[in-house]
Amino acid sequence: MERSFIMRNPSVLWFLLALAIFTLGVTILSEAFGIGGLSTSFIKTLGKTLCLCLIAVAMDVVWGYCGILSLGHFAFFGLGGYAIGMWLMYARTEEIVVNSLNEGAIPPTQQEIIDGIGTQIFGVVGSSEFPLIWAFSHSLGLQLLMVVLVPGLLALVFGWLAFRSRVTGVYLSILTQAMTLALALYLFQNDSGLRGNNGLSGLQNIPGLDHLGQATISMWFFWASAIALGAGYVLFAWVTSGKMGSVIRGIRDDESRVRFLGYHVESYKLFVFTLTAVVAGIAGALYYPQAGIINPAEIAPIASIYLAVWVAIGGRGRLYGAVIGAAFVSLLSSWFTGGGAPSIPLGFYTIQWTDWWLVLLGVSFVAVTLFFPKGIGGLFDYLVRKDP
Amino acid sequence: MSTLLEVSGVTVSFDGFRAINNLSFQIGEPELRAVIGPNGAGKTTFMDIITGKTKPDEGRVIWGEKSVSLLDMSESAIARAGVGRKFQKPTVFEDQTVRENLAMALKNPRGPFDVLWYKKTAQGAEKIEEIAEEIGLTDELKRRAGDLSHGQKQWLEIGMLLAQDPRLLLIDEPAAGMTPAEREHTTDLIKRAAETCAVVVIEHDMEFVRRLDCKVTVLHEGAVLAEGTLDHVTQNQDVIDVYLGR
Repeated sequence: MERSFIMRNPSVLWFLLALAIFTLGVTILSEAFGIGGLSTSFIKTLGKTLCLCLIAVAMDVVWGYCGILSLGHFAFFGLGGYAIGMWLMYARTEEIVVNSLNEGAIPPTQQEIIDGIGTQIFGVVGSSEFPLIWAFSHSLGLQLLMVVLVPGLLALVFGWLAFRSRVTGVYLSILTQAMTLALALYLFQNDSGLRGNNGLSGLQNIPGLDHLGQATISMWFFWASAIALGAGYVLFAWVTSGKMGSVIRGIRDDESRVRFLGYHVESYKLFVFTLTAVVAGIAGALYYPQAGIINPAEIAPIASIYLAVWVAIGGRGRLYGAVIGAAFVSLLSSWFTGGGAPSIPLGFYTIQWTDWWLVLLGVSFVAVTLFFPKGIGGLFDYLVRKDP
Repeated sequence: MSTLLEVSGVTVSFDGFRAINNLSFQIGEPELRAVIGPNGAGKTTFMDIITGKTKPDEGRVIWGEKSVSLLDMSESAIARAGVGRKFQKPTVFEDQTVRENLAMALKNPRGPFDVLWYKKTAQGAEKIEEIAEEIGLTDELKRRAGDLSHGQKQWLEIGMLLAQDPRLLLIDEPAAGMTPAEREHTTDLIKRAAETCAVVVIEHDMEFVRRLDCKVTVLHEGAVLAEGTLDHVTQNQDVIDVYLGR
């Protein structure tokens, strides 16, 4: 009698189908594997957008379903990016250093290579020593583990402290803002061990894959991002369906009632907070190799606020709404701020969208909140009539 | 009938105001008990203490055969031990169906991972049908709880309590805002529940209490003023003074 959860949630199948068609379409139009038509940089933009959609889905689960308005999830996204960036930078620099040292008459010692890498990476912050946090950076496997572990542990510890003290509502939002701000400020320091405000760069060059060219590599990352989004979507659709979904929506609507039903509310919040943080970390690890650079400005408090805006505009409490919101708003944002939108001359004043985009975004956010609380995703309710 | 819950010498102050003052209370299993008292008598605080929402300054709250103290337990642990609570305002999960509401309350392991891997069972479905029939919501199982009438929400909440398979039910003003026919149904529900477990009903409405036909505890200024049958307590001079004013 138990139907599988996919059958009970046809929207998951529709989403996967749409994602597959989109991925196929982009592949056909790519330079590396198709007829060409989409530039490599645009492919990268699309791949990055898929990563943003993934973190938006995570945000929707923690906020739209569980009612925790976290304004710090971009910290986890950034940490995932830093974790993969450390390996990318180390391995890439190692290649360069080994090549240049091999040109000398005497083969270099291991210590010379490591010193060379250290000087190359940390020269910009006036150092050549490897900080302790780079201990695993030589190993792709260990750094991939860090992509999951670092955001996960931070969320676990932060969430445990916050939820245990019953911090809720706007206070929790402020606390999460403080967390991401503190992390950003720390990373801005030169002695943070992650190159201060320079951040990690050259991440688009994948070690050992130079011969492939960016056109091919960008498609690989695009596919990886699409697969991650699909998998993340299915994971969260599963978590938010069935009894778990019942309980976490219950926590959103009436926390103390759930408590008196015998559920340990704090454990559930911690579970959702940590799981979404881990997924955010994975999304970040896929995003930054496509962006090529990560610096502490990426995890400034405003980034996490944008994330909440995307989800609100797309429609809270429905996973596809988060995807639509993130894709729509972030693509629109790059169109407006990238000078794509034509300026509007008013005679006495010219509206430059690079300046006015934020105003437009703010107005849309307020309008959606006031007049369309279900967001863009709410439009689907008109298409699909649910039986009463 | 053995003692299920024993509250003794409990005192709670909020900013110097003694909401509960050296209160002692006992209830057996099964038993039906009505708690009445004027506004501010400490009825809700009394429930808050038993369910772990408020920690008393003094006193003991002892539970079950093993005589464990409820004071050291969290709200959710107390609920898992078998204390079910119904709030004054109907609090059901309006966004979810009646079935989902009941399923959430069903007695099952409550940890996040137990729930994540939870599989519906025929047994659970049967129990839900059974309770739905009992509370008269069989035809409403697929409806959103938010679309139910006020009375139906109250019954759903009582149904959720029953689904928890509790040993002690705390019910706060179950008949508030109900039509006479609805009240009758509610009375039946409560009386039937009291055949198997301990039930404490907090109520303002004397007529409703009379219909419950059970032992009555009168609270006043955070302490027990009188205890006995309804006729007995209503003839008590202290009770008359409190209710009619001195």
